[in-house]
Amino acid sequence: MLPLTSRFSSLPAAQGLYRPDSEVDSCGVAMIATLRGTPQHRIVQHALEALRNLDHRGAVGAEENTGDGTGIMVQLPDAFLREVSGLDLPPLGQYAAGIAFVPREADGRAAVLETLERVAAEEGLRLLGTREVPVTDGLVGPSAEEVRPDFVQVFLADARAERTGLELERAVFATRRRVEHATEGYFPSLSTRVMVYKGMLTPVQLDEFYPDLRDPRFASALAIVHSRFSTNTFPAWALAHPFRTLAHNGEINTVIGNRNRVRAAEGSMATDAFGEDFSRLLPITTPGGSDSAGLDEVAELLHLSGRSLPHALMMLVPEPWENDESMDPDLRAFYEFHAALQEPWDGPAAVVFSDGTQVGARLDRNGLRPLRYWVMEDDLVILGSETGVVDVPRSEVVRTGRIAPGEIFLLDLEAGEIVPSDELKHEIATARPYATWVKEQKVALGDLPRREHISHSRSSVLRRQQTFGYTEEELRVLLAPMAAKGAEPLGAMGTDTPIAVLSDRPRLLFDYFTQMFAQVTNPPLDSLREEIVTSLGVSIGRSRNLLDATPQHARQLSLDAPVLDSDQLAQLLAVDAHPATADFHTVRLRGLYPVAGGTAALRARLEEICEEAVAAIDDGATFLVLSDRDTNQVLAPIPSLLMTSAVQHHLVRTGRRTSAALVVEAGDVREVHHAALLIGYGASAVTPYLAMESVEELVERGVVSDLSPEQAVANLAKSLSKGVLKIMSKMGISTVASYRGAQIFEAVGLSQELVDTWFPGTISRIGGIDLEVIAEEIAARHALAHPVDGVHPPHRGLPVGGEYQWRREGEPHLFTPESVFRLQHSTRARKYDEFRAYTDAVDEQHERLMTIRGLLRLRTDDSPAIPLEEVEPVESITRRFMTGAMSYGSISQEAHETLAIAMNRLGGMSNSGEGGEDPERLHDPERRSAIKQIASGRFGVTSEYLTFARDIQIKMAQGAKPGEGGQLPPEKVYPWIARTRHSTPGIGLISPPPHHDIYSIEDLAQLIHDAKSANPAARVHVKLVSRFGVGTVATGVSKAHADVVLISGHDGGTGASPLNSLKHAGTPWELGLAETQQTLLLNGLRDRITVQVDGQMKTGRDVVIAALLGAEEYGFASAPLVVTGCVMMRVCHLDTCPVGVATQNPELRARYAGRAEHVVTFFQFVAEQVREHLAALGLRSLDEAIGRTDLLALREDQRALTALGEAKREGLDLAAVLAAPEIHPGDFPRRRRGQDHGLEKAPDHPWIAAAEEVIDARAGTVRIPGQVRNIDRSAGTLLGHEVTRRTDGAGLPDDAIVLELTGTGGQSFGAFLPRGVSMHLTGDANDYVGKGLSGGVIAVGHGAGTGPSLTSAPIAGNTCAYGATSGRLLLAGAAGERFGVRNSGATLVVEGIGDHGAEYMTGGAVIVLGPTGRNLGAGMSGGTLFVLDLDPSCLNPADARGFSVAPVREEHRGFVLEALRDHLARTGSDRAAALLADEEELMGRLTEIAPRAFLTITAIRDDAVAQGLDPDANDVWNEIMEATHG
Amino acid sequence: MADPRGFLRTRDRELPARRPVPVRLMDWREVYEAREKGTLSVVSRQAGRCMNCGIPFCHQGCPLGNLIPEWNDLVYRDDWEEAAERLHATNNFPEFTGRACPAPCESSCVLGINQPPVTIKNVEVSIIDRAFEEGWVRPVPATRHTGRSVAVVGSGPAGLAAAQQLTRAGHAVVVLEKDDRLGGLLRYGIPEFKLEKRHVDRRLAQMREEGTRFRTGVDVGGTGEGALSVEELRSRFDAVVLATGANVPRELAVPGRDAAGIHPAMDYLTQANRLVEGDWLGEPISAEGRDVVIIGGGDTGADCLGTALRQGARSVTTLAIGTQPPSERDESQPWPTHPVLFEVSTAHEEGGDRSYLASTTGFEVGPDGAVTGLRVARTQFVDGRRVPTPGTDTVLPATLVLIAMGFTGAREQGLLEQLGVEMTSRGTVVHDGSWATSVPGVFTAGDCARGQSLIVWAIAEGRSCAAAVDEHLMGGSSLPRPVRPGEKPVTV
Repeated sequence: MLPLTSRFSSLPAAQGLYRPDSEVDSCGVAMIATLRGTPQHRIVQHALEALRNLDHRGAVGAEENTGDGTGIMVQLPDAFLREVSGLDLPPLGQYAAGIAFVPREADGRAAVLETLERVAAEEGLRLLGTREVPVTDGLVGPSAEEVRPDFVQVFLADARAERTGLELERAVFATRRRVEHATEGYFPSLSTRVMVYKGMLTPVQLDEFYPDLRDPRFASALAIVHSRFSTNTFPAWALAHPFRTLAHNGEINTVIGNRNRVRAAEGSMATDAFGEDFSRLLPITTPGGSDSAGLDEVAELLHLSGRSLPHALMMLVPEPWENDESMDPDLRAFYEFHAALQEPWDGPAAVVFSDGTQVGARLDRNGLRPLRYWVMEDDLVILGSETGVVDVPRSEVVRTGRIAPGEIFLLDLEAGEIVPSDELKHEIATARPYATWVKEQKVALGDLPRREHISHSRSSVLRRQQTFGYTEEELRVLLAPMAAKGAEPLGAMGTDTPIAVLSDRPRLLFDYFTQMFAQVTNPPLDSLREEIVTSLGVSIGRSRNLLDATPQHARQLSLDAPVLDSDQLAQLLAVDAHPATADFHTVRLRGLYPVAGGTAALRARLEEICEEAVAAIDDGATFLVLSDRDTNQVLAPIPSLLMTSAVQHHLVRTGRRTSAALVVEAGDVREVHHAALLIGYGASAVTPYLAMESVEELVERGVVSDLSPEQAVANLAKSLSKGVLKIMSKMGISTVASYRGAQIFEAVGLSQELVDTWFPGTISRIGGIDLEVIAEEIAARHALAHPVDGVHPPHRGLPVGGEYQWRREGEPHLFTPESVFRLQHSTRARKYDEFRAYTDAVDEQHERLMTIRGLLRLRTDDSPAIPLEEVEPVESITRRFMTGAMSYGSISQEAHETLAIAMNRLGGMSNSGEGGEDPERLHDPERRSAIKQIASGRFGVTSEYLTFARDIQIKMAQGAKPGEGGQLPPEKVYPWIARTRHSTPGIGLISPPPHHDIYSIEDLAQLIHDAKSANPAARVHVKLVSRFGVGTVATGVSKAHADVVLISGHDGGTGASPLNSLKHAGTPWELGLAETQQTLLLNGLRDRITVQVDGQMKTGRDVVIAALLGAEEYGFASAPLVVTGCVMMRVCHLDTCPVGVATQNPELRARYAGRAEHVVTFFQFVAEQVREHLAALGLRSLDEAIGRTDLLALREDQRALTALGEAKREGLDLAAVLAAPEIHPGDFPRRRRGQDHGLEKAPDHPWIAAAEEVIDARAGTVRIPGQVRNIDRSAGTLLGHEVTRRTDGAGLPDDAIVLELTGTGGQSFGAFLPRGVSMHLTGDANDYVGKGLSGGVIAVGHGAGTGPSLTSAPIAGNTCAYGATSGRLLLAGAAGERFGVRNSGATLVVEGIGDHGAEYMTGGAVIVLGPTGRNLGAGMSGGTLFVLDLDPSCLNPADARGFSVAPVREEHRGFVLEALRDHLARTGSDRAAALLADEEELMGRLTEIAPRAFLTITAIRDDAVAQGLDPDANDVWNEIMEATHG
Repeated sequence: MADPRGFLRTRDRELPARRPVPVRLMDWREVYEAREKGTLSVVSRQAGRCMNCGIPFCHQGCPLGNLIPEWNDLVYRDDWEEAAERLHATNNFPEFTGRACPAPCESSCVLGINQPPVTIKNVEVSIIDRAFEEGWVRPVPATRHTGRSVAVVGSGPAGLAAAQQLTRAGHAVVVLEKDDRLGGLLRYGIPEFKLEKRHVDRRLAQMREEGTRFRTGVDVGGTGEGALSVEELRSRFDAVVLATGANVPRELAVPGRDAAGIHPAMDYLTQANRLVEGDWLGEPISAEGRDVVIIGGGDTGADCLGTALRQGARSVTTLAIGTQPPSERDESQPWPTHPVLFEVSTAHEEGGDRSYLASTTGFEVGPDGAVTGLRVARTQFVDGRRVPTPGTDTVLPATLVLIAMGFTGAREQGLLEQLGVEMTSRGTVVHDGSWATSVPGVFTAGDCARGQSLIVWAIAEGRSCAAAVDEHLMGGSSLPRPVRPGEKPVTV
């Protein structure tokens, strides 16, 4: 079947490092309907208007007139069609119509239409006729035009005029699928009920392109519109939304696994809904479809085979029912039952769907995409990603609302009503006795009889540790900490060892896979603080017909977590011995092969196991245990991952995958990454038996003390399970069920053949090892346990390791004792020849083929060298150098300033890192950091901080731990750190995994716009981490108008990171950079953005290679740190840095000996080397080098140190890295022109003009009236910037400038508003109101005359006041999810909030005069919450244990009352007025919530102040430490 | 690591007490108080100062690649047995290095950048002493024999290390020693007060039990009694390891050198050690009642000093030709290089004078042909060379002069000459990257390959050479190779 991507699409084929599968998109969506159910043209007009007002959520690429795609779904416009078709159509409901995208050349067109006619006839239908859909020529851009189809409306009816309604719809569905399978035609819709018009258009083009949409006769009672923001610029007509049943804003992260399981389930699907031979409709999901297209196809099938659309969506996108004890039991049972049939399609999703009479919307379990709605007096309902998308009289609004996570919003147009979500869900959940079925059928593992524990001898454990390649280091560094603490260990300073394929040693197959992670297009989740949405539990066993529901469907075994110990596995193995579970059946398959037989034996055994699996299932097995136990002298273990994936894919291919669950009993698993891979490739559970036996032994040997072996094993299991959850979260996946089989890994260093055979669907781009090398690696490990000569060297049980800490006999590192010493010595003594000794040592290591750049050579032989004097000078090169983002907090003030001073002297840039900057440094040109970072914690990100930045960097991910947040433990939050971060000394600080204002690419575009508005002169950088698809993301970033994109290597340093992230997430920068350069060029977007790169940059050669691969600027972090004294202790996270670099301990800081001039010398030396390389290449400047991959070639003169190393490298193919796509006309291989930020469209300009006098005088007041619309984004930010800039950061007296606004505020209303500016808005506002509020006042009220129905109605969107540091936000209505996240000092008043309110708050106050969502105060470590009529179950249970929850304290009454009076005065809130009428009652209803540690510390500090002491003094600090940690 | 803040809790080095000088001068026993079990807690505390570095420079500073952070941690956690196991993973003879190594590991300890380094050497010797006491040091015989035979010529640290490694790999190994006792410099070069010979004997006993065969008094290529011809050596063994040491002393060619009472330091120390062992039958060189001058300010000089003082010298003066080294590291010797510092060794504690910039220009000889004094001039530096400043001569009385100026290379006469191995101009045996000499099947390690060096280097080379020999015999080897031939410590 022709993939969707090759129909009417210019999506390029895979080339270089680019793969079309990396494409993702995100968007704006809206729905307009009338509850009166009468089709009207007005609805269509409103929808098109909404679409235009969502324009900013979509994007355009290199061509201004080619959009990313847009479309509209309406009811079948019956009256219109009757008139324009010229056909005698049967009554509505008895015919189907739809637009066919047909090839423009005659043959292709005829093929589609002829096939349609034939297939229709076979399905008992008749083609009534066709109509050419008129379109406007010359409108779309050239690239969209090139692949444009023709548009033919087709009309079908039952041949015998018998079938109507759903029956007819099913026949039409069958016809459509078959035609699409057989031809290159595509039908946006073909239905008796709805019709879709869509294409590669911009929102403003849609109705101009399709004049039908402007015809007054074209009427519908509902319309769904969608505007797409794709990360690429390749037009694909079929991938525009809406699809046949839905439009989707978001991203399905688990789509690979979902598609695989749908495919696997096809074998067991049965229904008579579509007549005989269901298989003619297969496959269900069309190859090449987007995630949304897949979701649509499955929803459509579930719907047409008998379930309602809401039912289907509740199955596909379930709420988090697993941990929600308060959920309606029937509803929980519904979800639990369906979990046995279908795992969640997981990811950020706002889905708007319709079957023509019902239209509705569903949000994913996290509520990561916004949906707001208005209901008007005349029964018009408007729903959209934003509020204010249709210009209707505000006075006629009778109800506003927002869709909550897991909610279903449904309009029934026939009944003319909005169906309440709870009612709808209850009705669906009780339609069948799901609860009874689950109760009677489901078995928990714990219910099975216990088995006796088996222990193993020390020598047996050792022998098998050798067999599976264990090292001493792994026992010490990985297993012991997990066994002792039940959590994964942390490390620091990145990784500088070779990736597996470049290692000379045998490496585990796991090491060849790297974790993908969410980056920009979807957010990572917060598995700690937002645990309520996650689930580790899985239900395993035989899955039955997806299209049916019987009690038998629930007959499964449930596991609490995916890591089982050996005893639990023994229970599972004996399941059929127990009479109550005798219908289950477990079969163990042996993953061993005769090692002497080499590759052939390995392959043969793998194939045999696959057949055994099939036979076992056919024999009735419900659980297959893939085991590598019982190795011996002859039999070696097959890597568990290879075996798992082989069986998984064989079962998918043979249609048996859903018939039994895979459980893996693996000796090679000892890390989180390993377990995560096995589950990611299809295992339902893992038993790492040898790791468990190893920790038992560690306890016996006393290495792990104070606990029993059982506890150690339990701790290990817990660490691994939690670690898997964390890895899932990094990818944005909430449940193990949907993570299972999702294959969210990239292979680095596996041959295509190996991947295609055993790991199909996995991306592997530079070739690599084949099965032969895997067999060699197995044999090498096996020989250690069973030496061929029979001699075990004494005292040498296991290899030493050396992966995490350097060891002479271990894995080589780029930083060795010698390179550290030479680097320090040469820069301190300013000896260039010594420096060469350092770079020679490093470059020589590269050239020992330790890195990808080490495999490359500069083609100096092919180009005539030029004299060194002709090359640009050192000073112009050092301007392109950056130091990495290291927060003040992770490193000492001394080290931080050393780097800043050095870079400022060089004209390069240092980076503040996350953590703000002290005003005294901020305004000191010598010591300030040129780049100010915005990270997810938003510490100290104020208007002043941004205004006085040279550049602003948005950190999306960090090389050492992409997809994860950060943490500064309490004992490192010294007073001076706390001050800079606007927090409290002695209270730990957390940066969440996601930016809570970036869940998608259009959100990032918004933050870029915010940052640009906060400082128009600064370049805005976006920092990404190299992984598959980073080029695509970078393209999206370029389209989102970033000035600079930074590609970080996976190996970058860090203060603290879980070891699995340090080692196993992301890819080397060479891959990410080359992919970025290639993808930007493919899209014609390279010339508007600067590309930066960093990650273990150490020498001039590194810089030149980066330049040739496409980078214009270069970041260094570890190397300059070493120059300042760092000796790679890798203990940054312990605050014990003995050289005073990565510590806040004053005593250790005193040992700091770094000097800025040494760092200057380092960069000058590097630049000098760059010059030498350039001269040798015949280039006069770095500019001339950028993107010149033709000057790179593969080294052929170097060999690996071992035969194994040589064999590994033989399969590598770097051609893809060196590929250079053709350059679009007008594009350029480096940045040559800027981005158009559209700041001139900001509403602020007249306001600035009006306020100028007050600002410059720093006195007086001014009131400025104005109007805003939803398209006015970041309103007030530019004005705020002017105030901050012209007052040197001081701001103005409160209310100096008051904006009196009406209308709907666009996103980021009042972002970073500084002191002195007040924004009073009558109307409502969208997401991110008061983001980064910096002292200003924002007040939003519904306004007088809106009536009581709007009291406390939703007035603002999600994530308001995120990272606010001071000021006031007053909302006379409810706000959405994540209100006040990371507030550190502002006062926020609101009349109701969604889930996750006040998350991570560290200071300030939040007053909630209405209901709160769930998970209130998660991770909150400071500040105070005042909640009216608190429902305590809403508090995050883990954090609430540390909270003081009490009536309002006497001393706070005045504060609360004053805040509410201010709220009333500025917003006119009815509710505030009513509450203030009886202050005593009000106080009785309010609860004050604050973290106890915060109260303790505040009290200690207040006491100190009262005694006239400095609260930051050492004694006070010690007292704080004692009180909180004593 | 058990205690990441250990180095902040324990600031200073703590070393075992030395016995009072007057007491220890009365005997030859080691200068340190015997290690009581109670003092092991001090050692644990010191081990707890180890910072478990990401790059353990100590582990690089040690030629053996001792897994210092690992056994520090084990000692800190009181798991001495496992510590001994990890110590033996890289070091055959920690009881030798723990006593007689100048500890480049401590020079490169990261804590040493700005604090007193961890007392690594003392931790090491404490581990191994405890291990012997507890009976944890057991013979580790090969489980399988290869049927190949190897001769190791020389029983110093390099030869013994190679022999132990090869025996454990299953080869039949015979150590051939020219002297009457085993141990080479360990036995006769290092005074008893630094390394009691019982430690050597204890280790030799283990080796014997493992199956290493020892033959003393075998002069390979010699002519006298016990001589073994080179032909026999070659035909009897599948491979030969030359570990004969660098035994040609550097001479001082000044007038009067032939006078009686002027001896190379090694002759003196050997005789003294034999005396202690009780098997010197002739008239020894004795310092008793004499004015002793030692030429050479290195470790050997200090060994002579301690020996002379114990023999009852009237006075002892040590002359060093160079400047007095600084007592702390300066910029010219940055961390982690092993600096030359002004050291007060245990012998210096015991007495004697030290004189710097002292160039000996000649000897005063009495009528009996015996030395009576030295003419010493002040050293000056000319083009980097050290030469006497004319006109600055003074006379220093001396009745016994010991020349401790190091060694120039291996003695070529006899074995090396007859084997026909190629030699370097520095008097060392030429060898390739796998320790093979120019003669097939003949390998070399230790001072005869490298030139005069430290015990740790000798052991490291012996181990590495063993791996090469094993590979030569078997086609592959799993034995460790801590150093490559010619590898040098990090220097500026």
